[in-house]
This record gives sequence, C-alpha cells and structure tokens, in this order.
Amino acid sequence: MEKEMKKSEWPLWEVFIRSKAGLDHKHAGSLHAADEQMAIENARDVYTRRMEGVSIWVVESKYIHASDPGEADSLYDPANDKIYRHPTFYNLPDEVKYM
Amino acid sequence: MGQSLQEHFDAMIDKDITIEPKDWMPDDYRKTLIRQISQHAHSEIIGMLPEGNWITRAPSLRRKSVLLAKVQDEAGHGLYLYSAAETLGISRDELYDQLHTGKAKYSSIFNYPTLTWADMGAIGWLVDGAAIMNQVPLCRTSYGPYARAMVRVCKEESFHQRQGFEIMLTLSKGTAVQKKLAQDAFNRWWWPSLMMFGPPDAESPHTEQSVRWRIKRFTNDELRQKFVDVTTEQAKVLGLEVPDKDLKWNEERGHYDFGSINWDEFWNVVKGNGPCNKQRLDARKTAWEKGQWVRDAAMAHAEKRKAKAAKAA
Repeated sequence: MEKEMKKSEWPLWEVFIRSKAGLDHKHAGSLHAADEQMAIENARDVYTRRMEGVSIWVVESKYIHASDPGEADSLYDPANDKIYRHPTFYNLPDEVKYM
Repeated sequence: MGQSLQEHFDAMIDKDITIEPKDWMPDDYRKTLIRQISQHAHSEIIGMLPEGNWITRAPSLRRKSVLLAKVQDEAGHGLYLYSAAETLGISRDELYDQLHTGKAKYSSIFNYPTLTWADMGAIGWLVDGAAIMNQVPLCRTSYGPYARAMVRVCKEESFHQRQGFEIMLTLSKGTAVQKKLAQDAFNRWWWPSLMMFGPPDAESPHTEQSVRWRIKRFTNDELRQKFVDVTTEQAKVLGLEVPDKDLKWNEERGHYDFGSINWDEFWNVVKGNGPCNKQRLDARKTAWEKGQWVRDAAMAHAEKRKAKAAKAA
C-alpha cells in the first residue's frame, strides 16, 4: 500500500504513558501533532482523560526502530536452550528456607 | 519448516495469536481491517454531530458537563481508531479523504436527526448499547492495534450507556409529558439501533471471511438477538414499551422473537438518502476545510521554532 505523506499532514508521534509513580512508561498509541509540545498536549487530551498518567513521553514515529518478526526465531535463539538461567532449574531440599 | 507465509499466518490465526503491524498478512485481511477500522473511526467522528446539537441546550449544568465529556470521548475514540488504521499503511489524510468523498461509510444511525432532549437519552441507552455489544468482542479481535484500541474504547463507553439510561429513567419517572418524550425517542431510535448490527447474516457479504480471520467474533444476527433480549428487559425497568407489536418471548428458543426490520430503509440510508446524510457530511467537510489555516499555521509555527532553536545552538 502506498504511504503518501501529504505536505499538510502533521507528523506522527508515538505516545508512552507512566500510569503512576514507580512504574515504567508504556506505549499507549499514536497521534499527529505539529511539534513535541503539541504532541504532549494532545496526548494528555487523547490518552489521559481519566487520570491514566502522571508522565508522558512522545517520540516521532520515524525514530522508532523495530526488530523484524520474521527473524524472531534466530534473534531469540541464543536464549532458548539456557533454562539454567531460571531459578526453578535447581533442585534444593525442602528444608532449605529463604532461598 | 518450509511453511509459506500464508500457512504461517493461518496457523497464527488458528492459535489465536495476535497479528501485529510488522507481521506478514494477506492483502485482503489488510484491506478488510482498513475498511472496518476506518468505518468505525468515521462513525465516532460523525457521531459527535447529532449529540453536539444538544450541548448548548442541555437542561442542567450536570447534563451539559456529562454530554460534553461524552462527545469528547467520541473524538478520542475516533483518534485511537484512526491511529490503529494507520499502522496498516494508510495515511490519515487518505482516511479523511475517503470519508469526505463518500468512498468510506460510517454507521447509518448518525444520519437520523436528534429532535428532542430525550434523544440524548435514547442514543446513550440504545445506540451506545448496541455499539458496546458490537465492540466488546472486538477487544479480542485478531489485529493487535485494533484490539488494544477497542479495550480503551469499551472501558470508556460504559459511562456513555449508563448516562443515557439515566436520562431515560429520569424522563420516564417524570411528568406525563416527559414520559411521552422518552417513549417517542424510544420509538424513533429502536429500529435504527437494530439495523446497527448490519444486514442479516445471509446477506452479509463479509461476515464469513471476517469470522474466519477472527476480525469478527460473532455474526450480525447473533449480536442483534442478544441486544433485543437485553434491551427489552431494560425497557421494563423504564416502564416504556418496545415499539414492536411482534415482540414476544419464545420459550423454546430462550430468546425474544421480534418483528421484521425494514431493510429497504437501511439500504436507502446507506446509499445516502437518510434524513441527515448530506447535513452530516457537509458539516464534516466544512470543519476540515475551514481548519486548514489552523493546521498550516501550527506547522509554520513549529518550523519557525525549530529554526530559531537551531540558530541559538
């Protein structure tokens, strides 16, 4: 599908919201805005009408780089056979406490 | 191994694994989603017009604040959905263009006029009620950005329906004139609300494929029946009469039987001949065209600020 960006269209921004102090910012969606200030203000109106956030990050969508789902198998392969990285791999006697 | 892209896609769908924007997908799946999501987004945007008509005439400050918040939510829902559609590779300008040229449709229900304040109650109760019934299953639709947008939409919609029911309840417990207004709004919005679920399954060209792709999770007729069953019970609480003389509980089916829907009217409104089609589209186009200078000015301002910052650095 052709993606023709008309000159009049405002740039696209990705919005990330921290829902409360102590938590990570999480992707909420995207929106159009002329600049970063307007993107934050629009994000407040579009994504936090019910106090869903205490902090907003915006980044222009063109700066997001993403891994290729088609290469997922090879990309994550190194982690596949290393079950000894998980605590449940180790058998300890029941009488051992606090471990 | 050696699985084709199509087989891989089909397997993901069968296993109920969500499809994301960068995953390979068949062209028709993409097209169907763009059609459905954009139609939904356009409905939210056009849907602001019939209710916007009553904001300045709301009977109290409370009702006015509520209606404003509801209409603002609808703008928000339109925006969530447009951005979900854009992840499929279509631009916002193209989407607007399809709406403004009449190439894309929006829900026909918004081509009916809002004649009295009671219509705000009937719309919230019936139109939002039908929309919620349609939308809740879409929270598990196969395309990730659409499903996530729908989770937000559904969370917010429930107040829309409740505030509408509250208006109906207040009117139906009020004076004889108020009760009459409520019944009149019910009479006018009932049948168009049933039409919101779309044509009968036998005549719905997209249903089978959409169910296969898990874009749709229930058929039009299944959802319509559920709506009739639930809403008929709610009407009893209001003490209002469902405007259908054929409506009758069917013990054997465990559902209400209901009268036949005037599908000629439905198709006529879809084709552009409803009471308000022209008015709605004109309002939308005028808003877009008259807003052009604002969009241009904002862009010019942003560029000027950027240039200034670059110079200062």
